[in-house]
Amino acid sequence: MKKETLEIIKNERLTHDAYAMTFEGCSYVKPGSFVELNLDGFSLARPFGAGDYADGRLTIFYRVVGEGTEAMTKLKAGDKISALTGLGNGFRTERAKRPLLIGGGLGVAPLYYLAKDFASRGIRPAVIAGFRSARDVILGKEFSAIADFTVATDDGTEGFCGNAVSCLKNNSVDYDYYYACGPTVMLKYLTEFDAEGEVSLEARMGCGFGACMGCSIMTRSGPKRVCKEGPVFDAAEVIL
Amino acid sequence: MNTVCGNKDTRIELFGYTLKNPVIPASGTFGFGYEFADWYDINILGSISLKGTTLEARYGNPQPRIADCPAGLINAIGLENPGVENVVSRELVKLDKVYKGKVIANVGGHSFEEYTRTAAGFNGADKVFAVELNISCPNVKGGGLAFGTDPKVVEELVAAVKEASVKPVVVKLSPNVTDITALAKAAERGGADGISLINTLLGMRIDLRTAHPIISVKRGGYSGRGVFPVAVNMVYAVREAVALPIIGMGGVSSARDVIEMMYAGASAVMVGTANLIDPYACKNIIEGLPALMEELGIDKLTDIIGRAHNA
Repeated sequence: MKKETLEIIKNERLTHDAYAMTFEGCSYVKPGSFVELNLDGFSLARPFGAGDYADGRLTIFYRVVGEGTEAMTKLKAGDKISALTGLGNGFRTERAKRPLLIGGGLGVAPLYYLAKDFASRGIRPAVIAGFRSARDVILGKEFSAIADFTVATDDGTEGFCGNAVSCLKNNSVDYDYYYACGPTVMLKYLTEFDAEGEVSLEARMGCGFGACMGCSIMTRSGPKRVCKEGPVFDAAEVIL
Repeated sequence: MNTVCGNKDTRIELFGYTLKNPVIPASGTFGFGYEFADWYDINILGSISLKGTTLEARYGNPQPRIADCPAGLINAIGLENPGVENVVSRELVKLDKVYKGKVIANVGGHSFEEYTRTAAGFNGADKVFAVELNISCPNVKGGGLAFGTDPKVVEELVAAVKEASVKPVVVKLSPNVTDITALAKAAERGGADGISLINTLLGMRIDLRTAHPIISVKRGGYSGRGVFPVAVNMVYAVREAVALPIIGMGGVSSARDVIEMMYAGASAVMVGTANLIDPYACKNIIEGLPALMEELGIDKLTDIIGRAHNA
């Protein structure tokens, strides 16, 4: 965990509502960890999963869902932003020999950094990414370069017609452990599978480092803070 | 001498215990303290007010519990805590490894019995030098109205807790009342050793897309910079109403705010929401005090308590 001043080097629109923001000056962050960005004019920092990281450059992916993310679209290269980096536990990358990475919507972002981490160790993961429609697809080309990549869209405009979990059900994927991030309903469906894995959860957070209990969820082993004991939890532990 | 810097004396005394400085992280914004030891050496703190504790473990409210606001936030955590036994046997032990000073135990409850038994649960804890009563909890027998809104209930509750506890008792007042001085006087009549104020102001935010309140239980407590002038006014008023030491809080975010709160009548100052916005908030405030004292010609912080009343 560190408090750092990051400099924006790119803030790029990827689809009609999804953006990627890249910063310079970020200490190493683990796959599955998150950062909190302190935006001018807002009290609480906004949490974002690490979407890509290399040599001090961090990329986060975001969708415009409210005032905070709307304000982020206005930021430009050269703008500086105060951030807490390296928050949360991160993915347990040692658990999979044949990993499946499965995500929905912007939930695919932390899986991209995870896929790169596997690729750097000579492991080519299977990736299933679900989106509403072809116009929502992000990171397709990037995933294809390092993973066995399948895209699914709810309306069938690209790839498999249906969500990421039905795509998994309808295709034979060789994996021994999964890593998932996406909408709660998708994760819930996935945790009903007879397979071992872990899920990265989202929450409305206060502090982001375990002080306020704002993001606590009830799990099978008692209350846990998404920001501290999470955001990655054993699939068998969460109650969705 | 425990002075922070040069010839500036930042020490204050509360109930016979000497604090290095008047800066105390407020209950609910600092966990059980040790989380912040990952950010800085928390031994610089005057003291710590622990996360609100109840008799049994509580999970608290469903998500979402937090909503961002201009100049602050709304929270409705619902007193999530592991229960007094675990706080004493586990949390205080963990805290003791990273913080050598003594702390304030914050006690909540939904009945007189829960308050008295929880407060008594800290009787054997040497780490605790005072108990702070959160009287903003709903009184189950009183139809769910907060204990802290009825002077008669406050007086009786404080008297009951005083009888059960061997520690000095600080009563944390709610600002959601017509006349906060009436509640301060009731606490004094009940035998309180000190008053802390203000707790959060009731607030609500509504999601524009869904038209639902953002907080799961609809309303919560608003805190942060925006409430600072409200808090200063109430501390000033309570200072005139009772003779007890006051711990002032509400939106304190800087060393300047600490001095202003002490001018209003506070002997010590709690910092709450600022910790959640910047984990270094208390550290920055404490380190900023000596230079600000120099600028204002203050040598000893105890000299300025209530200064605005003589101005």
